[in-house]
Amino acid sequence: MNELSPQKLTAKDYATDQEVRWCPGCGDYAILKSVQKTLADLEADPANTVFVSGIGCSSRFPYYMATYGFHTIHGRAPAFATGIKLANPDLDVWMVTGDGDGLSIGGNHLLHVLRRNVDIQILLFNNEIYGLTKGQYSPTSRPGTRSPSSPGGSIERNLNPCNFALAAGARFVARTVDTDQKHMPEILKRAHGHRGASFVEIYQNCIVFNDGVFADFTDKKNAPDRQLRAEHGHRLVFGPNNEKGLRLNRDKVAIEIVTIGENGVTEDDILVHDETDALLAQMLVTLDGPDAPVVVGVIYCNPVDTYDAGVARQVAKAKIAKPNADMKELLFAGSTWTVD
Amino acid sequence: MATNLAQKPTASADVHVPASLESVVIRFAGDSGDGMQLTGTQFTHSTALMGTDLATFPDFPAEIRAPTGTTFGVSAYQINFGARRVLTAGDQPDVLVAMNPAALKTNLDSLKTGGTLVVDTGSFNDRTLAKAGYSSNPLEDGSVAPYQVIRLDISRMTLESVKEFGLSNKEAMRCKNMWTLGLMLWMYGRQRQSVVDWLKGKFAKSQQLADANIAAVNAGHAFGETAELAGDMSHSTVGRAEVAPGVYRTITGAESLALGLVAGSKLAGLDIMFGSYPITPASTLLHQLARLKEHGVVTFQAEDEIAAICSAIGASFAGSLGVTSSSGPGIALKGEAMGLAISTELPLVIVNSQRGGPSTGLPTKTEQSDLYQAIYGRNGDAPLPVIASSTPGDCFEVAIEAVRIATKYMTPVILLTDGYLANAAEPWPVPDFDSLKPFPVQFHTNPENFSPSSRDPKTLARNWAIPGNPGTEHRIGGIEKDFATGNISYAADNHQLMTDTRWNKVLGIADDIPLQEITQGDATGDLVVVGWGSTFGPIYRAVEQSRAKGLKVSQIHVRYMWPLPKNLGDLLKGFKQVLVPEMNKGQFATVLRDNYLVDAVRLNQVNGQPFKVSRLNEVIAEMLA
Repeated sequence: MNELSPQKLTAKDYATDQEVRWCPGCGDYAILKSVQKTLADLEADPANTVFVSGIGCSSRFPYYMATYGFHTIHGRAPAFATGIKLANPDLDVWMVTGDGDGLSIGGNHLLHVLRRNVDIQILLFNNEIYGLTKGQYSPTSRPGTRSPSSPGGSIERNLNPCNFALAAGARFVARTVDTDQKHMPEILKRAHGHRGASFVEIYQNCIVFNDGVFADFTDKKNAPDRQLRAEHGHRLVFGPNNEKGLRLNRDKVAIEIVTIGENGVTEDDILVHDETDALLAQMLVTLDGPDAPVVVGVIYCNPVDTYDAGVARQVAKAKIAKPNADMKELLFAGSTWTVD
Repeated sequence: MATNLAQKPTASADVHVPASLESVVIRFAGDSGDGMQLTGTQFTHSTALMGTDLATFPDFPAEIRAPTGTTFGVSAYQINFGARRVLTAGDQPDVLVAMNPAALKTNLDSLKTGGTLVVDTGSFNDRTLAKAGYSSNPLEDGSVAPYQVIRLDISRMTLESVKEFGLSNKEAMRCKNMWTLGLMLWMYGRQRQSVVDWLKGKFAKSQQLADANIAAVNAGHAFGETAELAGDMSHSTVGRAEVAPGVYRTITGAESLALGLVAGSKLAGLDIMFGSYPITPASTLLHQLARLKEHGVVTFQAEDEIAAICSAIGASFAGSLGVTSSSGPGIALKGEAMGLAISTELPLVIVNSQRGGPSTGLPTKTEQSDLYQAIYGRNGDAPLPVIASSTPGDCFEVAIEAVRIATKYMTPVILLTDGYLANAAEPWPVPDFDSLKPFPVQFHTNPENFSPSSRDPKTLARNWAIPGNPGTEHRIGGIEKDFATGNISYAADNHQLMTDTRWNKVLGIADDIPLQEITQGDATGDLVVVGWGSTFGPIYRAVEQSRAKGLKVSQIHVRYMWPLPKNLGDLLKGFKQVLVPEMNKGQFATVLRDNYLVDAVRLNQVNGQPFKVSRLNEVIAEMLA
């Protein structure tokens, strides 16, 4: 008899037989591919993996993953994911949401799942638009966005998802781009390795209602000048030849964009990324201005104890303190009297 | 004493032979900071330990500490205790203890004519009278003439009794309720030891406060023994009730519900994941369960009502028993998620401790006005079983039933209780857990030909395969699913089939619940009084009394609100008239009319108080006149 070696799973093994129903050219296809590849690379056990989502284009995701999956209701995926982890902390839970699902109707739940630090991966597909309801502006749409519900241009100020996550107390915050098939699996693996709530914002192009909204920093020709890949321990540089960088203006406690070799700037002036520094993280996700790059990569990673582990510990402690707790004892607890 | 004087003398060896009473209703009323709920519960506990049957009615404001001395800050606790079966907290108190003018003002009308009024005169002055809205002192202007008034300067006597402990004036005054409790324990021959033990525990961290409060109890008791108030004040006793032999404890509805849920989870072989958001009067259940971690109970205080139910559904998906709990406004918020649990066919128990509505309504007052919401209140055709508990002790059995139905039929179940049941206490024969029949859940583990939609042909329940099990990976959600595969399907005929299947599954539960019994009386007659929930006690007593007068009236009290017991329609046909008293505008009457085309007569009351037996008797008499 031949000895069978366990076959290594490939991305295809994580795909279901269901026809994918996103629009042709949607950024979600690329994300699905990346996630399936990541799980294969991680040799994730499909039986132990759960994908949970809310409502919206992104939230159809679980139907296409050959794992356990729960397509829930609008905005509430964090609560379902929390319940799943409390019932079985050993499960590997991924949550998929969008800018409307996660930051509008579900903003409250996203806030609390991050604050509690439930050990799950949260993928927020940000396309700055409501896709499934046909193109209304979303909480991340930039002011002036013209849409069926804002024909004169949106007059709302937009929300910065990573800044929201940091303010909520997230201990892992990262950014990546849908089409970047090399970068995204790296980031997803880091998110997966992090114990606690890992928040990943994925810039995702909606080809029908908001096409090209991120092109100014995701297009191949623009990316080198407009994208900065943060890596822990490395200098925060960008540009075709990494000639530009971020320098701390100590007078203002602000970040400024400088060019190495100009105005006496040397490489030593450039900030070194420290992903455990919350203040730096906040400055990186809110970088603004015409020449400021969009920072992607693991921006903040600083693990603390998780909520689900804390709950499990309290239950275990109670069981140790009362090893013989049974129903009879519970029923007879307190003062009783006997009627003969 | 005002009423219920039994004729036979007692065999007590006391110097003063106490009169033996069949039953007494006492109402303690004071400021919400006066500790009336504690006084009431301690009197209850002492009474229960003496084998007297009882029922209680805590009646308190929504404000934690309303401005002192105001009428809206009055907190009351009523107890009916007797040497016979006690089913209600009593229509009218025989004794009213009023700790301040506001308490007198809001409660005097309820006192029986000729009843005893114990009043703390030390709390009556121009300022407190004005605050209560009195323009003249009711103790002097004839307002209390119809009653036997015992005027005691409880404030002063309390201060004296605790003088030696060196408390601040404020701390000393807070012992007033214990002095009063001591007096009332003496008046009704109750034992003091349980109160002393409780005080030692409560003030374990302050010997000074423990000693002072115990001294106040003893002083109140001693005052009763030594004061010469003959004619004013009686010393009486209430004997043991004739109850079935066994071991008893006092229990509130919230306590018995918590025990029932834990018992149900053990009978199902599951751990509980309880997701809840604080809301009056449902929070007590969260508090109870949070202390039972050693029984495998995980409690999750969610960020809102929606997250609470969603976390419970998530837990059920992952193989726990998901339970959520709230009151009317919170249940409304959970509606969409209930639809998801119906659509994904996951077990879930939803407890609704009803309160007065609509909107925020009356948070601390009882009502049964969420029946429509329970049976009908969701988008789409979204049927789910609804069951209701009728007494504090009954919550235990009903909770087990809710767990059994939820797990056997893979469905959310709504359990209706109410604010009155949650807080009211009664003596409870402790059940024999070993005699309860287990209903262990069998998770589906076989990957062969697996579909999350395959059903038990008899119950129509879908299988329950949980994450972690290899080979049964599947996706579920709120989009309509194909009957056979469980995959998304928008096909017209399939939606018809799935809607019919969900409907038939829930209606089929009628085959698996007991037939409705006649609760009291004959199977046919002139009138049947149909009730559900916490109106059980008053209806029972009223029907009993009406029957004693020779009226052909029976009682049917319903536990299974949806689906209804299969024989209920036939039972109703055995009576010429049907009366449905409810603490709402007639919701169950609508359900009965709709299902049985029966001319159910509505009797409705939404004043935040339980029905009075006398009122029910009047209506029964009118209908049979």
